Amino acid sequence: MGSMLTGLIVMSGFSAGLAALLVIADRFLADYGEVQVDINKGEKNLTVQGGGKLLGTLMEQGVFIPSACGGRGSCGLCKIKILEGAGPVLPTETPYLGPKELGDGLRMACQVRVRQNIRVEIPAALLSIREFRARLAGLKDLTPTIKEVDLALEEPREIRFKPGQFVQFQAPEYPGSPEPVYRAYSIASAASEPGRLTLTITRVPGGICTTYVHDHLKPGDTVRFNGPYGDFFLRDSDAEILMMATGSGLAPLISILRQMRDEKVRRKAVLFFGTRNREDLFYVEELRALEKELFDFTFVPVLSRPAEGDAWEGRTGLVTAPLIGHLSQGDNSKREAYLCGNPLMINSAVEIFRARGITDDRIFHDKFA
Amino acid sequence: MGTPVSPGVIFFAAIFTNNILLSNFLGTCSFLAISREIRSSLGLGAAVTFVMAATAGLNHLVYYKLLVPFDLVHLRYIVIIVVIAAFVQLVEMLIERYSPALHVVLGVFLPLITVNCAIFGVALFLIIREYSFLQAVAYGFGGGLGWTLAIAALAGIRQKTKNAPVPKGLVGPGITLVTAGLMALSFMAFSGMVQMQ
Repeated sequence: MGSMLTGLIVMSGFSAGLAALLVIADRFLADYGEVQVDINKGEKNLTVQGGGKLLGTLMEQGVFIPSACGGRGSCGLCKIKILEGAGPVLPTETPYLGPKELGDGLRMACQVRVRQNIRVEIPAALLSIREFRARLAGLKDLTPTIKEVDLALEEPREIRFKPGQFVQFQAPEYPGSPEPVYRAYSIASAASEPGRLTLTITRVPGGICTTYVHDHLKPGDTVRFNGPYGDFFLRDSDAEILMMATGSGLAPLISILRQMRDEKVRRKAVLFFGTRNREDLFYVEELRALEKELFDFTFVPVLSRPAEGDAWEGRTGLVTAPLIGHLSQGDNSKREAYLCGNPLMINSAVEIFRARGITDDRIFHDKFA
Repeated sequence: MGTPVSPGVIFFAAIFTNNILLSNFLGTCSFLAISREIRSSLGLGAAVTFVMAATAGLNHLVYYKLLVPFDLVHLRYIVIIVVIAAFVQLVEMLIERYSPALHVVLGVFLPLITVNCAIFGVALFLIIREYSFLQAVAYGFGGGLGWTLAIAALAGIRQKTKNAPVPKGLVGPGITLVTAGLMALSFMAFSGMVQMQ
């Protein structure tokens, strides 16, 4: 009995001692004190607590770098130019940085740790990105898997964005996630209503943010997001606009179409919208109305697998099939392509465009990975 | 306590004649997994050598100054594992803080080492063979170098034979295990040089 007790005491003491040692070491070793972050050679100077990842540190200071994966190091979007103080390139960064990018001093902000004074360059457009607080004004099922999230902005009261851009929506701490996470969603609303923001969010089984939106969010809740981000927006030209979307990839394109309606843009446009069956289609009535309101707009819904009761007389099959038909007529050198949605659809559409003379500088896309 | 073998001999023997990998077959998981390139295998080898030498000394102290006096020898397995894990954690923090360059080389490998059985094996052998403190450290250091030698050699062979026509069923881990076996056979040739047990 006595020996068991000694054993217990010695073992517990020993383990507690080691644990204490680690906690103390962590406290002292991970304390980097205050460090300076210099943005754009003196344009902005921040004093921050060292030790954190650059992406999160900047976000705490109100400087938002786009990141689709929320800092997990899996999207490669958060590349910024670091002039000094980043330390050696980490193995977690190398898959996303080519030789040219490394030569330019680009690094992934979500991997670089702020240990010393650091000097970074951030494009001016990103510095205008802000954090918004909004109230959930409406939540509507567009399809069995897509919800329309309607937000009324509270602070700041307005958002300026180019239709086609996206925001990073925050899922706060909730039973499905121990910490807040950010996920990127395209803006579906029109820029002419800067006090509102509409997102269309597809349920991803097991997804942290989409589960939050679909199962936990209630009208009246306060939500946070930051943005706007992205270079997917309507270019100024008189070329014909070819749009193609699958699923919730319609969001940025309907935002662009609403802008064209509000600004009375006189350009020919066609939208190919692919879903599985009829109940997955949404915004159909508005798109039909836009056909009448816009200068010259055609809406082509395509179902890949109509359900038996769908009574569908429209197009079926791959969404790229009617596109090929469309491209066989007219002058492809005067056409621009805007694609959003499933990456596989986008890749195959890009091949189709290239083969028919629409060059990469006139193809714009936003992949929903 | 202690066998009348000089630490120098133990050090030498641990590298060649009693190579922990090729004669005891310990630490084979990372041996097979991280041996595609000489560069990364050397990084892992350096981390293993350092941790093996240091934990051999530490575990020697803990065993003879703590476990033996309190008659807790039966708890040695769990204590050794805890010591290794805590040490690796501490070293990782130190390296990350003071040597970012070294952290880039060793950083990704350090957490792997916590579960490297070669390091655990060294700690057990030094108890079974009743080494003195100096002998233990020499054994740990030599063992680590021997492990590095073996993994770097295997990585070299794998780089050379990457495009070799291997029978279909042996591609990948199969041919690697055969290679490791042949290496173990060839290391047996060293065994006449020093006898150690």
